[in-house]
Amino acid sequence: MQPASLLVITCGAIAREVMAVAKSSGWQHLKVTQIPAELHNRPEKIPAAVEERLATYAADYDHVFAAFGDCGTGGQLDKVLQRYNIKRLSGAHCYEFYSGSENFAAMAEYELGTFYLTDYLAKHFEQLIMEGMGLNKHPQLIEMMFAHYTKLVYLVQEPNRQLDHFAQAAATKLGLKYERVETGYGQMAEELATHYSNYTEQVIKWPS
Amino acid sequence: MSDDQYEEDLDLNSLSDEDLTVQMHDDLYDGMEDEIAEGTEILLGRGWLPDRVLNEALVGGMNIVGIDFRDGILFVPEVLMAANAMKAGMKILRPLLAETGALPVGKAVIGTVKGDIHDIGKNLVSMMWEGAGFEVIDLGINCPVEKYLAALEEHKPDILGMSALLTTTMPYMKVVIDTMKEQGIRDDFIILVGGAPLNEEFGDAVGADAYCRDAAVAVETAKKFIAEKRAA
Repeated sequence: MQPASLLVITCGAIAREVMAVAKSSGWQHLKVTQIPAELHNRPEKIPAAVEERLATYAADYDHVFAAFGDCGTGGQLDKVLQRYNIKRLSGAHCYEFYSGSENFAAMAEYELGTFYLTDYLAKHFEQLIMEGMGLNKHPQLIEMMFAHYTKLVYLVQEPNRQLDHFAQAAATKLGLKYERVETGYGQMAEELATHYSNYTEQVIKWPS
Repeated sequence: MSDDQYEEDLDLNSLSDEDLTVQMHDDLYDGMEDEIAEGTEILLGRGWLPDRVLNEALVGGMNIVGIDFRDGILFVPEVLMAANAMKAGMKILRPLLAETGALPVGKAVIGTVKGDIHDIGKNLVSMMWEGAGFEVIDLGINCPVEKYLAALEEHKPDILGMSALLTTTMPYMKVVIDTMKEQGIRDDFIILVGGAPLNEEFGDAVGADAYCRDAAVAVETAKKFIAEKRAA
């Protein structure tokens, strides 16, 4: 019997990490497709972008899973996924499912004005944040947009000295205290593994 | 754009009232604070009343910004720069408007909900409501229900505005509205909600009177509800 085929639709900002989890786990018959990471700054466009991908690819696979949180769509992404009967990662966003929901809630409660970076966001901080939010062109916007932020937390998936440097530089540019937390792939990896084992006929043992 | 980047050395004083107003719309669109302040002073110096400068030069310019934002031509950074420029003009006009003794169109209390520190949209709405003639009491960010209720008691506004930028904090709006219902004061106020992850369905679900998708809609909605309230 042919093993089930799984399509994972995700955001460009975490696609590399999703594929890393799949590769290290030796998962077969899985394809990852992504929507542009730039939509991180335009969450209102995420549901339509996801639906376009699903309309194009979903019918070719036995099962589809969405490696997304709510991602600032206010439930609109969930409506799209419900139409296709697709489950997604639990949690509001990648910061939460990398950190784990309890850890993230504790961090947020401890210091409300915290700006988070992931490996992807640290690497592409200049493009996505400084250029994408117009902060290089209009430096006075930094004060307007980040007036109530006090800390930048870099959530590390794969330790990398260059990304550490980028993240620290980002904190300096935004005038924020810097903190580094190693999360690995966290809750995301666990949930992907659960969904993979649910949807295939192979028993997958998570590497210890 | 700084003065150094002007292709022509434009003397705002040399422009007619009509041309200066159009130029101020352009300068507002480009986020040019100093030019907006200068243009405001020039129009006042020519005998324009403060509310005419506000409505024709500033609010008129921000309306154009709002339309282009809604159409996806401008994005948040450009809108913020335009708002900054408008603030420069408002700073000059505010004390003059207060001196005229004109009654406000209405009164509004606004704040970002508990657990949320984002205020860009709220600040834009505050400024545009003020531009439209409302008295606005801005409670700031991270507002628990107690703070909203205390402000409603103290200021007795027509409108309560709530803002949230996070999916995780927007449900708190229902906490505030449900508390108002429990205290029997819900119907004493017009409740408007807004913020990036919100939508009309959410606004209805939490019991607000309306969801406002941007600052321009917030102004029109506030004026509409005030007119209905006055007519009742």
